Amino acid sequence: MEILVLVKQVPATESMIAIAGDGVSIKTDGIKFVMNPYDELAVEEALKIREAQGGTVTILSVGPAKAAEAIRTGLAMGADKGILIDPGDLAIDGLGTAKLLAAAIKPLAYDLIVAGHRAVDDDNFQVATALAELLAIPNISMVIKQELADGKIRCLCTVEGGTKEVEAPLPALIAAQRGLNDPRYASLPGIMKAKKKPLETKTPADLGLAAADLQPLMKVKALKAPAERKGGRIIEGDSVQAKAAQLARLLREEAKVI
Amino acid sequence: MTQHVLVIAEQVEGVFRKVTFEVLSAGRRLAGQLGGSVQAVVLGSGIEGLAAELGKYGAEKVFVADDPALADFTTEAYTNALAGLVGQIQPAVILLGATTQGKDLGARLSARLNAALATDAVGLGVDGGQVVATRPMYGGKVLADVVLTGAPAIVSVRPNTQAVESAAGAGAVEKAAVTLGDLRSKVVGKQFESGKVDLTEADAVVTGGRGMGGADYSAVEALAGVLGAAVGASRSAVDEGWRPASDQVGQTGKTVSPNLYVACGVSGAIQHLAGMSSSKVIVAINKDPEAPIIAKADYAIVGDLFEVLPALTEEIKKIKG
Repeated sequence: MEILVLVKQVPATESMIAIAGDGVSIKTDGIKFVMNPYDELAVEEALKIREAQGGTVTILSVGPAKAAEAIRTGLAMGADKGILIDPGDLAIDGLGTAKLLAAAIKPLAYDLIVAGHRAVDDDNFQVATALAELLAIPNISMVIKQELADGKIRCLCTVEGGTKEVEAPLPALIAAQRGLNDPRYASLPGIMKAKKKPLETKTPADLGLAAADLQPLMKVKALKAPAERKGGRIIEGDSVQAKAAQLARLLREEAKVI
Repeated sequence: MTQHVLVIAEQVEGVFRKVTFEVLSAGRRLAGQLGGSVQAVVLGSGIEGLAAELGKYGAEKVFVADDPALADFTTEAYTNALAGLVGQIQPAVILLGATTQGKDLGARLSARLNAALATDAVGLGVDGGQVVATRPMYGGKVLADVVLTGAPAIVSVRPNTQAVESAAGAGAVEKAAVTLGDLRSKVVGKQFESGKVDLTEADAVVTGGRGMGGADYSAVEALAGVLGAAVGASRSAVDEGWRPASDQVGQTGKTVSPNLYVACGVSGAIQHLAGMSSSKVIVAINKDPEAPIIAKADYAIVGDLFEVLPALTEEIKKIKG
């Protein structure tokens, strides 16, 4: 089974996010960058499939040279090799990212692509599904369980108010949701081994793509901070009952939400 | 170029999702700014009878794609059906709900049509003829105004963020012939918890965190019951295995924007706050007066949630009579 995994390097979720002076990006000093948490699920699932069925796990990422760290994390977890696509100075939107990945993947032999269902920085929910379309393969999103048999993948997916089971023939792309597995940590020997594993870097030109092919259709015009919430009031009272009664009254009369 | 707004209505098991009416209303406002009309499309099987309802929210024309292969949503089938329709209608903007289905469909359509996409918009407008969407990034820690170039511009709209406005008159219903091609993915099973309000669409959410101390959520469920609320969980409660991952509110879970959010025994880690801070009214119940959630809450009770919740449940029952 040849498995490709998409990863992205993102600010750790505990990061405080501040807007940079240009008004369209964030301050990156002091921010810890990590593998996107949903992508950890994708790497873990790919490794499990390889352990059961054999094959190769290749990690792909689009990002600056620094993003190689996220690929190394995946290699340290146990993946076999990595490909970093560095767009250099080009501004790339989600669709552009999918186009770069598609160009890198087209010459490869693969049975399955595993992705995180979104990256927690852009929150676009776009790259994985758009990539499946560009490769003309089926995609299954929000996967919490998968089963491979007879050249098909069958997935359990979360939807509003329940779950769905979806089946598709390989090659296919699946996007991982929390609940799929518990990602392993990279072991120290794993980290040592990862340093020797192959990691290729490619540019858009290497993939036959020019700036015009990757022109962003969606551009950030301005970033702004969400309205600051003012700390409200702590309900005082002589007893739990009195506090509860006071809160219920305020929710009814002042906040008008019940 | 036409300036129509095409709204993709979402129905599940023959019932429109609430977000569909929100998106239609937002679509009508946007069409007003663009100087075009708002049209809608509904896909499914045996759903012709539903179409008229969309007219009540301003759809001037409703296209119905009725085919057994569209009975259950798959990204593939719905993208194939819509790509043809979009070619006919040539909308300037395509709007859909930012549901699990809407986000997936928006992404596949953007690649099929080489069209700009903004996911999970909380605001929509037009500036210099271009669509501008406001959307949260970094789990809601930042809001981005994004400009969408080219047509159609695709925007999925976050549930519970757009006012619903009904309109006089009924839209004309038109049957749409769709070509679905070879479909590879198919739905082979589904399970819905009947009567369960989904977190992302709920008017009220009651969440239990680490302070719950275990998987017994009966106190939270009782309060949720009287409020008609959905039950959520913090990441630590999910990690402990007390609640399923699908209940998780936060940056690596669901983002919610209810009218009322009640956080019980939730400390308020930054990732959790990111997922719920757009709630209109926040109530915190926590033993620790220093917990970050207290500083974000409109109303807070410092106390033992196992005493406060039953008392609050009783008081709300009384008020609601």
